[in-house]
Amino acid sequence: MEKILQVKDLQVAFKTFGGEVQAVRGVTFDLLKGETLAIVGESGCGKSVTSQAIMGLIPSPPGKIAGGEIIFKNRDLTSLPEKEWRNVRGADISMIFQDPMTALNPTLTVGEQIIEGIIQHEKIARTQAKAKAIDMLNLVGIPVPESRMKQYPHQFSGGMRQRIMIAMALICQPEILIADEPTTALDVTIQAQILELFRDIQNRTGVSIVLITHDLGVVAQVADRIAVMYAGKIVETGTRREIFYNPQHPYTRGLLQSVPRLDREDAELIPIAGSPPDLFAPPTGCPFTARCESAMEVCSRVYPIETKLSEQHQVHCWLQDQRARKLAVPVITIS
Amino acid sequence: MTSYILKRLGAMLVTLWLIVTLTFFLMHSVPGSPFNEERTTNEAIQKNLEAYFHLDEPLYVQYGIYMKSLVTFDFGPSIKRSSDSVNAMLERGFPISFELGFITLVTAIVSGLFLGIIAALRHNGFVDYLAMTIAVLGISIPNFVLATLLIQQLAVTYEIFPAATWQSPMHMVLPTLALATGPMAIIARLTRASMLEVLTQDYIRTAKAKGLSPVKIVFKHALRNAMLPVVTVLGTLAASILTGTFVIEKIFAIPGMGRYFVESISNRDYPVIMGTTVFYSAILIIMLFLVDIAYGLLDPRIKLHKKEGR
Ligand SMILES: Nc1ncnc2c1ncn2[C@@H]1O[C@H](COP(=O)(O)OP(=O)(O)OP(=O)(O)O)[C@@H](O)[C@H]1O
Ligand code: SF4
Ligand SMILES: [Mg+2]
Repeated sequence: MEKILQVKDLQVAFKTFGGEVQAVRGVTFDLLKGETLAIVGESGCGKSVTSQAIMGLIPSPPGKIAGGEIIFKNRDLTSLPEKEWRNVRGADISMIFQDPMTALNPTLTVGEQIIEGIIQHEKIARTQAKAKAIDMLNLVGIPVPESRMKQYPHQFSGGMRQRIMIAMALICQPEILIADEPTTALDVTIQAQILELFRDIQNRTGVSIVLITHDLGVVAQVADRIAVMYAGKIVETGTRREIFYNPQHPYTRGLLQSVPRLDREDAELIPIAGSPPDLFAPPTGCPFTARCESAMEVCSRVYPIETKLSEQHQVHCWLQDQRARKLAVPVITIS
Repeated sequence: MTSYILKRLGAMLVTLWLIVTLTFFLMHSVPGSPFNEERTTNEAIQKNLEAYFHLDEPLYVQYGIYMKSLVTFDFGPSIKRSSDSVNAMLERGFPISFELGFITLVTAIVSGLFLGIIAALRHNGFVDYLAMTIAVLGISIPNFVLATLLIQQLAVTYEIFPAATWQSPMHMVLPTLALATGPMAIIARLTRASMLEVLTQDYIRTAKAKGLSPVKIVFKHALRNAMLPVVTVLGTLAASILTGTFVIEKIFAIPGMGRYFVESISNRDYPVIMGTTVFYSAILIIMLFLVDIAYGLLDPRIKLHKKEGR
């Protein structure tokens, strides 16, 4: 399938008083047309920073893209001047955020907030823009959109506001929609509705979605492919089937064991012991070494090369190495 | 909306009545009367005068008489300037004071917002430090000191502006500057702080993600929200400008209300004190009311009217 976005060896660092935080340390992935790619991982692993980089929204200073490429429509977005970035944001690549309660401007009507996006990017009359906005609100399931347009964010519930955010993001028919924890702030029933909406919209518009979450339940519902992120790196990528039924990276396995699963109700929940490494001084080897039950000598010294397990399934772990298979002696054990 | 305004009007009248009553009794509890001066007046004349101004009646009767004329907007005659009435003084002096106060308020708001916004946008840069230095100076220098400095430098030494009176726009520059600097500084600091806070809000990030230009983000999305705390202090700022006009008018020899008010207090000219106090209180109360309305217009979450259905 066509690759709509290619992220190659992306590196993002933040200068802080305590030193330089290497938030994203060489992330590589492709986004295919019309698919939903989920990026999962623990808090602080660099998911949001990755998405901010794709939107050109890394706050600078303190942050900067230290290396790598983001290829979209044959252009490297990392070298795009700010003015041209503005033509991409909201028009080609859109984003919705975690907390719909604070992501909308409380002093502007929701109609205005949707319309201003089209007016920014397209030569269009206001009345036409309005009609488009109403259509879009219809699409995301807001009843009586004509009168809702004139209302303010505080007159909507959390789920409704997230629908408005989605309408706002889709109004210019972008090719890519990035959703950073779009359902985390919502309660479970609303969550399911919003996820349903994502799928529905994708079927209708063919938009590619990058879904960022730490909720594997969400991933199981909507993702076509999954990228597992740990300490600023993607450690395993695969289709949903591959990740859920054939996880190869010990971290991915740990993640899966730490959440309840409907298909294995009797399975014991085991949280991953320990905590992720300090990103001020990230380890040179596999960042999971300190928490990995199968860690070997080599793990702490050299970062594992990529192993291709199938067309879609790749993993960075020394256990995949032929030599390790024979040895497979854990040097560090966590009880 | 209408019921809200009616309710507010009622409350305003009660407030005004309280102010009138308090001022009335407080003022009469201060020792002295309009007629005890060094030079002795003929006792019969004094008696006559006191009778004419009802000063010989018990206080509550005086209060009743005063309230009765007040409801017809008659503030009574001046005791000291025998041919003058308080209403006439207000008609002569107030337009000038109002002009000074109004120009000052507009100047303070416009320049304060401007300084605050550029300081926030250039956060921790040179412009920020410069603007905030101006603001701190503006807050710490009292307006009468600034007035004297301005006269000394710009009127006497360099003769750019006239030193006193109120005739042409050129005459208005120095008094306005002297009076506006303090409020401007307060507005600038407040705007900067609230702008900095607003710029970190999620909805600003949303606006950026839409690809809006920085100008649109600042003026359409940030400023409106950043203005809210500024609007709340406008009432108090208007009050300080109002009282500030008295001092500034005195320094610049501006024929506004200030002169009458100051004179009337040292003279115990009861009707003039009462008249100006009531009049200025009314203006202040109206200002506060307008601020509330403005706040409601800026922030749709504040409901001025009855609860509406979802
Ligand atoms: N503006 C910033 N300044 C300094 N450090 C930052 C900044 N933004 C992010 N970081 C750092 O980058 C790292 C990755 O942060 P990021 O927000 O991408 O995590 P995340 O995976 O989205 O986590 P969460 O699930 O909590 O949202 C964190 O260690 C964080 O402290
Ligand atoms: S490389 Fe080593 S430490 Fe890292 S996950 Fe694989 S086995 Fe564990
Ligand atoms: Mg995040």
